[in-house]
Amino acid sequence: MAKTLNIIESAYRATIEEQDDTIVWITHAMKGAGADLSVLLRGNAVNYCVTGQKAPEISFGEWQQTHAAQIDQDLIALMGKGVPVYVAEEDLAKRGISLSELISGVKTVNREGILDLIENHDRIWHW
Amino acid sequence: MTHYLLIESRDSFEVNDVAYFYDLASGLKERGNTVTLFLIQNGVLPARKNPSDSTLAKLATAGVNILADHLSLQERGITDSALVDGVASAELDVVIDQMADGVKTLWH
Amino acid sequence: MSKKKTLTFCLMDAPFENARTTTALRLIDTAVRRGHNVNVFAYEGAVGVPFSKQSAHANKVHGFEEDEWNHPLPKDWVSEIMNHAEKTGSKVDWINCGLCVDERGMNEAVPGVRRGTPGDLVNWANTSDNTLIIPTK
Repeated sequence: MAKTLNIIESAYRATIEEQDDTIVWITHAMKGAGADLSVLLRGNAVNYCVTGQKAPEISFGEWQQTHAAQIDQDLIALMGKGVPVYVAEEDLAKRGISLSELISGVKTVNREGILDLIENHDRIWHW
Repeated sequence: MTHYLLIESRDSFEVNDVAYFYDLASGLKERGNTVTLFLIQNGVLPARKNPSDSTLAKLATAGVNILADHLSLQERGITDSALVDGVASAELDVVIDQMADGVKTLWH
Repeated sequence: MSKKKTLTFCLMDAPFENARTTTALRLIDTAVRRGHNVNVFAYEGAVGVPFSKQSAHANKVHGFEEDEWNHPLPKDWVSEIMNHAEKTGSKVDWINCGLCVDERGMNEAVPGVRRGTPGDLVNWANTSDNTLIIPTK
């Protein structure tokens, strides 16, 4: 089966409305449909690896909005389904994110590592 | 050796991440791959000759085939003579033909 | 020109918001004109691209009435691409992500558009000659 690398770059685009990052979500859905997937987080999406993120509940009038996205947990669940998750170390460093802040299981990659991933996957879907 | 088609729809003036995509083109070329960088929408803005920025010229010199969408150029008033050396105007057929040939295609 | 191939596109942008919508439809149209079959998976706001209730308006700033202005409607571009494909022996199969349709209330689409799931994108990718994701930002 062809291997697909999902590169996720945009972050927190509509995560309150969607209660998900919609690309992490569709990665779960496509894995469930039998796709052979890996994920590379780069750009602002490297922040998805930071532990303990969850937006507080917000309200609009009498409406209490519950079940905010927990994207770090969604990535842990994705790895539990056998989807490797890689994160661009250069983009972590640019944003002042240390390795100790990351969820366990993600693999950091440098420039050469990103090129390796791109060369070693059949399809590159750059979201 | 693999052929890559990298489509850049954004420009380096507004979006920092464009530098990453140019570098991706450079890195894939350094590894011996064939690389086409297709500029479209605001992605064509850096294709205008500019003494203060030689990024695309260096990519072209390194062997990356750089094309710029004809419609996007016309929409922005960029003539062929105003293009950075090594950048050529092209129609979208190039993208479709390369996709049909199985070229690994990425959008940014 | 290479022989007839099948190309899959995934679109994400809502209409009238970004040049990516026009570019995506130009690519799909070009693929059909080159004789290829095309699959389109519309995700998120892109389910609005073939929304059948889009309507044109006049442009008083430029002094044109509605019937003079030739206002672009992406749903009409989609229909025209599909019609051209049918006439020329190509196929355009357009799936709107069903959950995305529901949350946006965009159930009405031009003929030829159907509902589906991300599993359809997986199946298409596995049976197509190439797939291009055109994400929103």
